[in-house]
Amino acid sequence: MSAQHFENPEITFQPDHSGGTGKIWKIFWVLSVLTIIELALGYFLYAKHGDLGYATVLSTKCVIAILTIAKAYYIVSVFMHLGDEVRNLIMTIVVPLVLFVWFIIAFLADGNSWKELRNTRGGSRPAETEQVEKAAAEHSAH
Amino acid sequence: MSATIPAGTKWWSGGKSPFNVSYGKVMMWYFLMSDAFTFGAFLISYGTIRFSVNHWADPNHVFNSFPFAGHANLPLAFVSLMTFILIFSSVTMVLAVHEGHHMNRKGVEKYMLLTIIGGIGFLSCQAWEWTHLLTGEHVAMLNDGTLSVLPTTVKMNPWGEALSSSEIMTALQKTSHEQLVAIANTLHHGAEGAHHAVESLTNQELINQIASNTEFHATHTGPIAFGGYFFGITGFHGFHVFSGVIINIVMYIKTKLGHFDQRGHYEMIEKAGLYWHFVDLVWVFVFLCFYLV
Repeated sequence: MSAQHFENPEITFQPDHSGGTGKIWKIFWVLSVLTIIELALGYFLYAKHGDLGYATVLSTKCVIAILTIAKAYYIVSVFMHLGDEVRNLIMTIVVPLVLFVWFIIAFLADGNSWKELRNTRGGSRPAETEQVEKAAAEHSAH
Repeated sequence: MSATIPAGTKWWSGGKSPFNVSYGKVMMWYFLMSDAFTFGAFLISYGTIRFSVNHWADPNHVFNSFPFAGHANLPLAFVSLMTFILIFSSVTMVLAVHEGHHMNRKGVEKYMLLTIIGGIGFLSCQAWEWTHLLTGEHVAMLNDGTLSVLPTTVKMNPWGEALSSSEIMTALQKTSHEQLVAIANTLHHGAEGAHHAVESLTNQELINQIASNTEFHATHTGPIAFGGYFFGITGFHGFHVFSGVIINIVMYIKTKLGHFDQRGHYEMIEKAGLYWHFVDLVWVFVFLCFYLV
């Protein structure tokens, strides 16, 4: 069991892989426990369906989403070994993903806006817009 | 890692790769990043449509079945199994990478084989789930006010809001004999002989039988987009799992043939591992968006 041997000019320093499998199994348990908590919260939403206020449902869903992001962090950092890479590589992968923050906020807000329009006078724009009032005023003036 | 790199190393002064990884590995990372944007765009599009309607299918009602459990109501159960299969195959993959670091061919072979089995197990689960939805029988009210037995497809979504009992009675009166027979048959769960017995009943007898059955539920139809997004996104993910299994099989064969021992390193296993972990990573978000919230 000799350590692997690279002859690659792109790699200046070999990462230290001499450790055992302890960390891998630890992360396996972390992921399992996070998933079980997510499932428990999901089941809570199902079992209490209809009894919960809007704020409770929304905050529970937010907690589930945060746990999911925690799982994603452990998978990328430990299983994909991104946490062992040099900072330059980490930044070139992670920084572009920050776009998702805008992406999610903008598009979900857009969806919500469509819903509000859909619920106004059978899906049409409200009649009390400036243009309609102006047109009506002109019409009555003639 | 940090222990092996002298402090103050000038990564950008030339003569060495500033990312300290091989070309193949850095390109795998960039491919995965672009793939993350593809999946992200799909999921955010799904979220936008879901936010834009007043009622969306409740995952606890859509995904409440388990193989060989008949009509038992088991929300979250099957998808938990799928999630744990994928987490476990991720662990065996990272163990294969670990064995590769120590040039242990037998260990790599063992864990690659387990990873492949996990991937095939996940795909089998997905095949069952799709079949269950595509051949499912759910009673929903069509736009013409009649009830119909519908599966979940990209064109049909029987998972709208529940109908009130008075709405159900009105709709049953309008429903054709053929559809009433089909609805009554869903309540017998395909019991032998029941099918013919139902066909000879009059419409009113069928309506009475259906309305008095406590198991009978009927809903409005839901937004058609549900099926398209569900089958589209889980299908795209499933295709990634499928190609991941193929890549892992190729890696397993190359390990068996001793290619990586000749090469002096198991970096190909690491690159296949990156792809496989990404598949697990995407599932974490698909699981969140389609099944949990």
